[in-house]
Amino acid sequence: MNKSSQFTRRGFITSLTMAGTAAAFAKPPLLKGVEPPLVMGFLYGGPKNDLGYNQSHADGKQRLTSLPFVKAIDESNITETVAVEESMRDMIHQDGARVIFATSYGYLDPFVLRVARESPDVQFFHCGGSYREGIDPPNIGIYFGFIDEVEYLAGLTAGLMTRTGRLGFVAAKPIPQVLRNINSFMLGARSVNPSVSMKVLFTGDWVLPLREAEAASSLADQGADVLTGHTGSPRVIVQVAERRGIWATGYQFDQSVVAPHRFLTGAEWSWGVVYKRYAQMIHEGKSVTNGTIPRRMTGTLKDQFCRLSPFGPAVTPAIRNKVAQVQEQLLNGSQTIYQGQLRDNRGRIVVPAGKTLSIEDPSLDGMNWLLEGIEGEVKYL
Amino acid sequence: MHFNSVNLWVVAAALLGAAIRGSIPYMFVSLGECLTEKSGRINLGMEGILLMSAMTAFAVSQRTGSPWLGALTAAIVGGILGLLHGSLTELPGVNDIAAGVAMVVFGSGLAFFFGKQFVAPMAPQLPVLEFGKWASNPALRAALRISPLFFLGIVTAFVLHYALKYTRWGLHVRAVGDAPEAARSMGISARQHRLIATTIGATLAGIGGAHLTLYFPGIWSEGISGGQGLMAVALVIFARWSPLRCLAVSLFFGGAQALDPSLQALGFGGFYHLLNASPYVLTLILMIVSCSRSRKLIGMPGALAGRG
Amino acid sequence: MKRHSMIPSPRSIESVAIPAIAFLLAMALFGGFCVFWGAPFWGVFSSIYRAGFGSWYSWQNSLLRAAPLMLCGLCTALPARAGIITVGNEGAFVMGGLAAAAAGLATQSAPAWVSLSSMAVAGIIAGGLWIALAAGLQHYRGVNAVISSLLMNYIAIAFMLQLVEGPMRDPGSLNFPATYPISPSHQLGRLFNSRVHMGLVFGVVASLLVWFLLERTVWGMKVKVVGGNSRTASLVGLPLGAIILTASFIGGGCAGLAGMVEVAAVHGRASHAIAAGYGYAGILVAFLSRQSPLRIVIVSLILGAVIASGGSLQRDLDLPDASIAVFEGIVFLLILASETLYGRFEFFRDTRDAF
Repeated sequence: MNKSSQFTRRGFITSLTMAGTAAAFAKPPLLKGVEPPLVMGFLYGGPKNDLGYNQSHADGKQRLTSLPFVKAIDESNITETVAVEESMRDMIHQDGARVIFATSYGYLDPFVLRVARESPDVQFFHCGGSYREGIDPPNIGIYFGFIDEVEYLAGLTAGLMTRTGRLGFVAAKPIPQVLRNINSFMLGARSVNPSVSMKVLFTGDWVLPLREAEAASSLADQGADVLTGHTGSPRVIVQVAERRGIWATGYQFDQSVVAPHRFLTGAEWSWGVVYKRYAQMIHEGKSVTNGTIPRRMTGTLKDQFCRLSPFGPAVTPAIRNKVAQVQEQLLNGSQTIYQGQLRDNRGRIVVPAGKTLSIEDPSLDGMNWLLEGIEGEVKYL
Repeated sequence: MHFNSVNLWVVAAALLGAAIRGSIPYMFVSLGECLTEKSGRINLGMEGILLMSAMTAFAVSQRTGSPWLGALTAAIVGGILGLLHGSLTELPGVNDIAAGVAMVVFGSGLAFFFGKQFVAPMAPQLPVLEFGKWASNPALRAALRISPLFFLGIVTAFVLHYALKYTRWGLHVRAVGDAPEAARSMGISARQHRLIATTIGATLAGIGGAHLTLYFPGIWSEGISGGQGLMAVALVIFARWSPLRCLAVSLFFGGAQALDPSLQALGFGGFYHLLNASPYVLTLILMIVSCSRSRKLIGMPGALAGRG
Repeated sequence: MKRHSMIPSPRSIESVAIPAIAFLLAMALFGGFCVFWGAPFWGVFSSIYRAGFGSWYSWQNSLLRAAPLMLCGLCTALPARAGIITVGNEGAFVMGGLAAAAAGLATQSAPAWVSLSSMAVAGIIAGGLWIALAAGLQHYRGVNAVISSLLMNYIAIAFMLQLVEGPMRDPGSLNFPATYPISPSHQLGRLFNSRVHMGLVFGVVASLLVWFLLERTVWGMKVKVVGGNSRTASLVGLPLGAIILTASFIGGGCAGLAGMVEVAAVHGRASHAIAAGYGYAGILVAFLSRQSPLRIVIVSLILGAVIASGGSLQRDLDLPDASIAVFEGIVFLLILASETLYGRFEFFRDTRDAF
């Protein structure tokens, strides 16, 4: 439904008859000879217009409208408790969903596991979780992307644009996924600007707009002139940067709309690619239960699971060329990110000299360090 | 160039800036609540009013392009909700503490419902006054970028102080709040004065809400207020129902909000959850310190005694 | 005095009729609100019916949602009968869940019933102390319990997060900091073959217990006197402090028990997700039930069904997910406003009432 027309009074009678019919019959009437659409259900942990993680998934779901055989439904702001179980069940039993995408990390254990056991003919895909072979039900698949390279490129842009040589990062929690982004951003910046330094401030939770704003302001006060972040949605951080007249790079979704002058670029997800792929495979009759759909579907920049946001107006052609050049090197394999020797900010060697880690290396999943040159602690009491 | 050389001046400037911009919502809500309580009514629904008016300010500013119109509408919406709360509590048999809780549920629900459209778009923000152009330090310059609402708040505090102390209307309001029976016997309508005071109080809170979405953080999001409405109510008690003291304590609370990043800046990282809780702990301690069992504190309106 | 007539007195009819009418009026207002938004008036209610009561499948959904509501509602209701209004349910819930998780992890090697009992006891004590603290602050120090308990909610959540992501964290829970999991054998089970867990039984039993305490014991009578008029109560020699603290402890214990259920039946461990907002819904339940334990059971069911339909409203009618919150707000306001109607209607006047 067109959002802008929601503010005008719809014809009472029209809405009553049309929507009333739609509400009474969950499935649309079947035309002779046409297959019922593949109903895919999406569940988000927050609002789908948050300019961040949830919107990146909602946007991905929107891309499915180009596939005529898919009917995608979604529900947002579902808390990680009984609510998500019941929502999944409702989608399956009331709306006829045959595929469920659980996008929030906390949905997997025990909720998706439980519902998957109850509905073995429905396929469940979870973003970013871990699967235990032999323990977890077979109709569950995992998907996620490795965005380190894109963060590297964003960091590279930051490193070329900064004048004070100080970068600021506002992070939610010091979990490995966040630390990888911090470190790859820093690696990118350092590759073109070896003396650059970064400060990380943690807010403690995924959605704390006031705290994120205060942290971003504090970093700006301390001389950072490029800000970025990894929270539920970094839009607040990008907006503060615009207001303070310093640069910003985004994450998860394109936040340039809140910083038309100061947005440089960002590391975005392209979940649409993933969802379309799944839809196609399932339409062909494949399933994760019998292994015709891979249990884990992961991808990098090369697989188009993620991409660099369009450059903002301030990025000069020279810098854009440099970034494109490095991107090409990353794509053809001549350049890698985690290349020894790397030290963390406590002096320990985390990647020994001569060693190279691919971004898909599983040892990176337990990352618990921050690169040297980064001020901040990975501290869990 | 390292962050290690963070000097205390930067931290001080940051705290100053945070105190100024963080104090504004507290200022307006506490001044409004101060007036309301002076008339003998306690309005615990401020959190809902704050959220609803914050959302309204953002929505109107986004639709019309004028942030001042947004702020004005927010004040009006606040007033309407205040009128609703006031009328509800005037009904005999309605517990005004329960009514306050109901207003929080209703106000926030309404705000989240209408606000769904506004999480993404930008809204024109209120202009700022630059007082720090001379400063070389970016932190100081940022700290001295002050919203006109700050000065409006200061003026309001003085006006309120003067009005309550020296005008006839102020006298009536205080009489109604201190000794409603005596006031009634003198022909002063307790009902009318309480209703007006509650409405004006909520209108002021509405301005505070506008500040959140039209200045700092300048977005609309469901988490935009973390209990600030209710903390402002506690603030009034700590300030002993004096508008001028409310002003000072608001600055204090505003600064406390920036404590966490400042401490992290100075190197005390890792305890961010407990630091997140520090404003609440602070408020609780202040409440414990300033209240007393006898419930008749200096400055407390008589009609409020016995409401806990 | 007690009436032993089988016909319910006009007063008790009144106490059902007036809130029922207020609820219906709220439904009408909400329906009108949705029409303005473009959704069909009856479609909204048919959605709620279908998602909440339409089948055994939906009944289970509503029962599941109702379970924590009952316990959290008692958390506000019982202290309120003693004259203390608090909104600390969420804090008590979280503290209870945290304590239960700690107890559960400490008793992993003991038999299941020992482990579960200690979890329940830990949850009750933690939640009870939390609310008793707020009540004590009001009684002994004059600190308004609504404000203090709300502040304590935030403090409880921060404390829980600090522990769960700090000393109690399972290092294996990499991207989702949580405690070690409690083994499935030591978790709370489901009722019969349904999806509904034991929490429902806890809720109903607790409501009955509290009803019994309030209506059939001397202590309950004392509580009601204290809540009705504390000055009279102290003149009569009742120990105000002890009664208030005990009532608050029991109420808080109920919320703490709900937290334990959330950990033991739903999640199997403690993480930030246990702060799911049930506490706040419990406040609503308590007020809608006018602080009466038996009514809490019914109101929890109705509200559970309403919440269960939230998803359906979103998916089928394209209403924003905050619609249910608006409905709750309208109901709350109308129920409160209807407080003023008691005793006003001739129809409900009881000729047997003493003057």
